[in-house]
Amino acid sequence: MANESLKAKMEAYTAKVEKSLAKRPERVNLAHNRLYTPLDLGDFDYEAKLGFPGEYPFTRGVQPTMYRGRFWTMRMYAGFSTAEESNKRYRYLLESGGTGLSCAFDLPTQIGYDSDDPISEGEVGKVGVAIDSLRDMEILFDQIDLGKVSTSMTINAPASVLLAMYIAVAEKQGVTPDKLNGTIQNDILKEYAARGTYIFPPKPSMRLITNIFEYCSKNVPNWNTISISGYHIREAGSTASQEIAFTIADGIAYVDAAIKAGLNVDDFAGRLSFFWNAHNNVLEEVAKFRASRRVWSKVMKERFGATNPKSWMLRVHTQTAGSMLTAQQPDNNIVRVALQTAAAVLGGTQSLHTNSKDEALALPTEDSVRIALRTQQIVAYESGLADVVDPLGGSYYVEALTDQIEKECWDYIKKIDDLGGAVVAIEKGYIQKEIQDSAYKWQMDVETKKRVIVGVNQFQIKEKAPEGLLRVDSSVGDFQKQKLAKLKAERDNAAVQAKLAALETACKDEHANLMPFILDAVRVYATLGEICGVMRKVFGLYEAHTTL
Amino acid sequence: MEKRIRVLVAKPGLDGHDRGAKVVARALRDAGFEVVYTGIRLTPEQIAEAALQEDVDVVAMSLLSGAHNTLFPKVVTLLKEKGAAGKLIIGGGVIPDADIPGLKAAGVSEVFTPGTPTNSIVDYIKANVK
Amino acid sequence: MQIVEELLKGSRVALARAITTVENEYDEAVEVMRQLYAHTGRAHVIGITGPPGAGKSTLTDKLAKEYRNMGKTVGIIAIDPTSPFSGGAILGDRIRMNDLTLDEGVFIRSMGTRGSLGGLSRKTSEAVKILDAFGKDVIFIETVGVGQSEVDIVKMADTTIVVMVPGLGDDIQAIKAGILEIGDVFAINKADRDGADRLNIELEAMLDLSQERTGWRPPIKRTVASQSEGIRELVATISEHIAFVNQSGELEKRRTQRTRNEMLALLQEAVSRQILNRTNADGQFDALVKTVEHREKDPYEVVEKILRDLMK
Repeated sequence: MANESLKAKMEAYTAKVEKSLAKRPERVNLAHNRLYTPLDLGDFDYEAKLGFPGEYPFTRGVQPTMYRGRFWTMRMYAGFSTAEESNKRYRYLLESGGTGLSCAFDLPTQIGYDSDDPISEGEVGKVGVAIDSLRDMEILFDQIDLGKVSTSMTINAPASVLLAMYIAVAEKQGVTPDKLNGTIQNDILKEYAARGTYIFPPKPSMRLITNIFEYCSKNVPNWNTISISGYHIREAGSTASQEIAFTIADGIAYVDAAIKAGLNVDDFAGRLSFFWNAHNNVLEEVAKFRASRRVWSKVMKERFGATNPKSWMLRVHTQTAGSMLTAQQPDNNIVRVALQTAAAVLGGTQSLHTNSKDEALALPTEDSVRIALRTQQIVAYESGLADVVDPLGGSYYVEALTDQIEKECWDYIKKIDDLGGAVVAIEKGYIQKEIQDSAYKWQMDVETKKRVIVGVNQFQIKEKAPEGLLRVDSSVGDFQKQKLAKLKAERDNAAVQAKLAALETACKDEHANLMPFILDAVRVYATLGEICGVMRKVFGLYEAHTTL
Repeated sequence: MEKRIRVLVAKPGLDGHDRGAKVVARALRDAGFEVVYTGIRLTPEQIAEAALQEDVDVVAMSLLSGAHNTLFPKVVTLLKEKGAAGKLIIGGGVIPDADIPGLKAAGVSEVFTPGTPTNSIVDYIKANVK
Repeated sequence: MQIVEELLKGSRVALARAITTVENEYDEAVEVMRQLYAHTGRAHVIGITGPPGAGKSTLTDKLAKEYRNMGKTVGIIAIDPTSPFSGGAILGDRIRMNDLTLDEGVFIRSMGTRGSLGGLSRKTSEAVKILDAFGKDVIFIETVGVGQSEVDIVKMADTTIVVMVPGLGDDIQAIKAGILEIGDVFAINKADRDGADRLNIELEAMLDLSQERTGWRPPIKRTVASQSEGIRELVATISEHIAFVNQSGELEKRRTQRTRNEMLALLQEAVSRQILNRTNADGQFDALVKTVEHREKDPYEVVEKILRDLMK
């Protein structure tokens, strides 16, 4: 048999190499085997494992022609300071060839507080744009046609409120909800596990999410109602396998919750999307993307019995790994981002945000954002990486790694199932602990130089302090406060109180869909803090489970 | 009984990125310190009061959101007001070099920026706790 | 002493400092304890123990809030394990009590076990007394919660609450040895989970089998601490317990036993320190250790001789 002969030759090769290792030692801490051959693939069943692009199990990609027709959406995450400032940046990005918007909100907005809340002190406009009411949202999208642009909003706990504001702005522009395209992140489980901007406990949070699924399936059919995110799990220090495993486990929990709420799986599953991290190890990342598609399609088809092929597809937005950027020799980050971009494209992403070189130091400047966007354009137009569908398919290494990551993913899913699902696993601190262990190991590997980070623990130089960083003016908080005071003086406060009271009543009725009530409150300019305040009153606050 | 160095590791403000804080907390534990870990989203008042009650030698704060110029000095001031001054205050996170002199003038002893090995934080604490 | 005066006047800084002084065995530690002793003995000390993941910290947090609503002041000692390798510890219980931090009627102190076994830290008893002298009405001791050997808590608490949680598998079997006997009150926390009924039945059955010595049958209460459910009822049960043991004389018996144990411990410590000081003035004791180590003498005769010499 051919395989027998290959096995013998492989053994001979290994024996020869092992002998020479004393003289020519290999580097330590190498995660994978030395060499991959057909032996690593065993009786590889092409059709079962890979199939064709756009077909189950989607290992090779979710579209039949992938980037030969249209490139991925180049979507740059942006937003800072006020709606006025961010609107300028958005229009700049669209004029520079960006093909979608991605809104970053400041922390008070993400946690459902207005800019004038004492808890917001020092945070207003810092990591994203401050949105207090529909008025800010109108300014944010001024002169941007919401019927044409696709907008992604990184918003989770108060996702329903920001989505309602977006719908209300569109109404004012004369764009009906069925014409809207975009995504809300809306993934609360990873907030509990890794990112921290939660508000309410799991039960009402899951209700809000399923309310959105249901509302959008009827009214905003082209909206991606959730972006189930591994990105932040990876940023918190997980491995590649943990990133997709914990995220798919979260996805299973959302689908379970929606089905329990009475929705039909095929009515909402096609609007679920994912969010991966593009990390440094290029080929491991490619394998991760491929494995994740295979796992999700099996989950949807076999576990949930979805019948619409769209329900089986794992569509993914990607961001390059922010935590891998270094404050040291920041220009090197351009190279890191280029490699991460290659990984995301070879992995078959549907859209991509590339980080800017100065993000380990501050928010990016316009110049550094342009380089990051150009990086995507160079990969798209010049590198050839986007010319063939899944060009790494069939590589012994990539296929073996895809199988391995898939297996590790199933193992985790099984473990989480045994614990009672993702919600319970998070409440028990299991997922957090696994992530932290990986994060600590990474850090120790860096400190013992088992892992080299160029410019950080090797190849350091004496550096001058970086110049020209973007600084958010600290007067943003005052500016927002003034706008709020003016708004509260001008709006119909009786209407606001009435809509908030109606929302409160609806919150107490488990079977009510909250979206219409939130939309009503938003339209009369109730603030984000007021709306979330009502929900906090009824739902209470989540208490974090932390284990170290 | 030998004195153990006690460190409060806290995240002021609203940002939830606690990877760094947790890694540092573990590393400090492994260096033999007692680490009171208080988690994310604490107000400066909560941090100062916890530091007082726990009678820690060191208050270590991590912040990535850019609110450090407001929040770190506030903790220093509150500790003074409560009569619990004299603790070593250190900070870490995404903090531009340009902000460091101002933070030091406000009473933050040292600022550790991204890429700092944990053992240099350990060494700094050992060298500076009285 | 200034620190004692300030503490008695209500300084939280002095209170914090006093605990450190005792915990680290600074020179003034004994003097601090002496001067505070007359002011102790008033607080109701409540032990909270149970397996990891039972929600002890959250329960303590909610109980503390309930006592605050009743106008009582609260002290909390939360104990976490010290690593035997590094000597360091992560003290993470406070995280569940962050919103108590700014209540001036609450004082929380985290302690590492620092080598002590049995679920408490070496200086828990002293820390309790310091909080007591400070004037706290109710003092909670939250044990480590790692093993089944956490029975030391009964020596220190007037009321011991054993927290259990459904779904930890065969925990009942595992704990029946020791922990069942130390519980004055059982709390089934996270009682909204599957298995609460079964756990309740099993516990009752266990209690049926165990010997009744004091006339108090430990009640079983259900709580969902994260939702503040069952807290008021648990506090009522704790009050019943303290009233019962007060009336039955059991509380006095426990406290006498506690004082006796503490005095004995102090005596043992003092005596062995004294003996060591005298017998090892010029390193004689160390020399004797070597002779025993080399099997030239046996330890029994050496100890007897030391004692005989001392008695002279």
